[in-house]
Amino acid sequence: MLGYIDKIREIAKGILENNKVDMVIGFRQGTVPMMNEPCIIKRPEDVDNLVWDGNCGINLANYLPGRTEKIGVIAKGCDSRNIVNHIIENKINREQLYIIGVPCKGMTDRHKLAALAAGEIVAVEESANSVMIKGADFENTFPKHDVMQQNCLKCTHRNPVIYDALAVDLADEQTDIDRYADVRQIEELSVEAKQQHFTDLFAACIRCYACRNACPLCYCPTCFVDESRPQWLGKGQDAIDIHTFHFLRAFHCAGRCTDCGACERACPVGINMRTLTKKLEKDCADLYNWEAGLTLDTRPPLDMYDVGDSDAFIK
Amino acid sequence: MEILKIKKDDLSKGLDALKKSYRLFGPAKTESCHEFKRLEQDEQPDFNFSNTRLSPKAIIYPQSETMFTYSLDENDEDAHILKEVNSLDAPQAVIGIRPCDADAFLLVKRNFDAPDYKDPYWLNAYAKTTLVGLACEKPCPTCFCTTAGSGPFSERGVDILLADAGDDYLAKVITDKGSALAKAAGWDAPSDPDSATEEIERLKTAAEEKISSHVETDHLDKIDTTALHQAPFWEDTAFACINCGTCTFLCPTCWCFDIQDETCGAKGERLRNWDSCMFPIFTVHGTGHNPRGTKKQRVRQRFMHKLKYYVDKYEIGIQCVGCGRCIRSCPVNIDIRKICNLMNHYKPDTVEEPAS
Ligand code: SF4
Ligand code: SF4
Ligand code: SF4
Ligand code: SF4
Repeated sequence: MLGYIDKIREIAKGILENNKVDMVIGFRQGTVPMMNEPCIIKRPEDVDNLVWDGNCGINLANYLPGRTEKIGVIAKGCDSRNIVNHIIENKINREQLYIIGVPCKGMTDRHKLAALAAGEIVAVEESANSVMIKGADFENTFPKHDVMQQNCLKCTHRNPVIYDALAVDLADEQTDIDRYADVRQIEELSVEAKQQHFTDLFAACIRCYACRNACPLCYCPTCFVDESRPQWLGKGQDAIDIHTFHFLRAFHCAGRCTDCGACERACPVGINMRTLTKKLEKDCADLYNWEAGLTLDTRPPLDMYDVGDSDAFIK
Repeated sequence: MEILKIKKDDLSKGLDALKKSYRLFGPAKTESCHEFKRLEQDEQPDFNFSNTRLSPKAIIYPQSETMFTYSLDENDEDAHILKEVNSLDAPQAVIGIRPCDADAFLLVKRNFDAPDYKDPYWLNAYAKTTLVGLACEKPCPTCFCTTAGSGPFSERGVDILLADAGDDYLAKVITDKGSALAKAAGWDAPSDPDSATEEIERLKTAAEEKISSHVETDHLDKIDTTALHQAPFWEDTAFACINCGTCTFLCPTCWCFDIQDETCGAKGERLRNWDSCMFPIFTVHGTGHNPRGTKKQRVRQRFMHKLKYYVDKYEIGIQCVGCGRCIRSCPVNIDIRKICNLMNHYKPDTVEEPAS
């Protein structure tokens, strides 16, 4: 992943110079460790501002809906699947995009590293297999695998599924991955234990909606949680209202979520709301043999009716 | 101003004594960080922290606060009458608040205690609260308090300021509220005033020297507001922002709220909840028109409010104490230090390089 950047810059420069695109959406160096900032590059001479490393976990597909320019966009496996979603859902046209695909090796878990550090991290150094963090009076090195985002550990589509150019040859996909061990664990709980599980999970939520806003799927002009006439749910810190927000949002992502992990990454208090979207992902796999964002040729299962659709859940 | 000496062991004894008459709040370790929480009978604050992830503003200004209750039941004699809820009446104290966060209460007081409007909820809670500050010895790399009008040993806003002097805390008692609390805690050992003052000065200088991040604010009041509003850098600055409420909810100096009625059956409450200028619906009019309909307008509003309108209105600096929380927690790395410097150095008539 380190070392991809030269090729990314070269491609970006080329498409800007040839006027194939008006802008390139990528990441620039952040001002604090583990945080690169999504940015737009409009001039070929500025492509050197682009960076690529394990801190590019924000999903850039989120920046596409509604744009009218011709756009070059850097896409990891998950971003590319969300781009497919956007095209299917008419949020952007395929013709507007020049997709610079980046086969991905996984993103670092900023919450986990922050929790492991004995103070504020001032520098992070990433190598092929390890991540070193430094602070005022500590320095630790961790195997990359131990500090990678949970979703990336279970990712089976690291390669972009749609692209116009590649930053590097396609990577081997991870195989023999059990994507749903965590979901099954919750499924097996009693009703009361499940309720407790979710109460604990969302106890720290401050309803900042960073999870929703970091999500490329959540592009509704006015989200149901924000509507106040009618008020679909309360706006305060009532636990039931908070749970309702999270559950309903997850349902809205059913058959669309690519488990890119942007929501969890964005959350200021480190809540793993992905257990909800993963349950729906699992249901879509079980009921419809469906994985989101892999193809432009098939409508997603919740968009259409098929006589063969499973009705086993009707009791 | 008196400086007391509190043996570290006596701090917890004193806090236990205080629990009889005060509701205490203090920093407590959570799985991944520290947050302020209510200290129960057997709990002590954990001072081994740099700062909490959320600011302590909720202790005085809760994220969601019931202002009134009402009944819609026609058989009720008080049907349709908004009834005030019992407001906080017991004294409370925040133990170990950082000086920047205490300073922030003074800052937001300008909004809640304005000449023409006094916010009864905030003012009552503020009057009932004593702030026992803990001076910072190890500021975070993202703290820029010294150039934001505060500092690791700032005494503004705190009623007592504790400085860690090895085996003891040197406790500078600053207000009457502070001395009442010290008395209730049984902290009465005086220190030698000269050497204590000297020691605090020494610690203060050492802490200030450790502040590694700064903002420049000297030109903000001189720049033309309209020119700054139209500056070309806003598009680039705003691009990454996802308009969540993280920065404003974590910020000790953000004060905006929204009022909503929530009815359940025939009973209801009028709530006031934190709001955020970063949310698209923050400014939606009754007509449906939104004067700040774009992300760029909202991002510009947050920074113009903090770093220009406030500066011009109050003439006492920026609406920020430099705690660094918004920098540490913004999911996409929007950094107020960078933007403050961009604004401060903006020269309207020079041709700007479009940043990228
Ligand atoms: S989910 Fe897959 S493609 Fe996306 S960041 Fe993680 S490893 Fe990369
Ligand atoms: S990002 Fe985290 S705190 Fe914010 S609304 Fe989502 S779960 Fe709650
Ligand atoms: S600046 Fe950062 S924290 Fe604030 S609304 Fe934008 S993305 Fe969220
Ligand atoms: S604007 Fe940021 S740095 Fe300033 S007080 Fe608010 S959270 Fe702290």
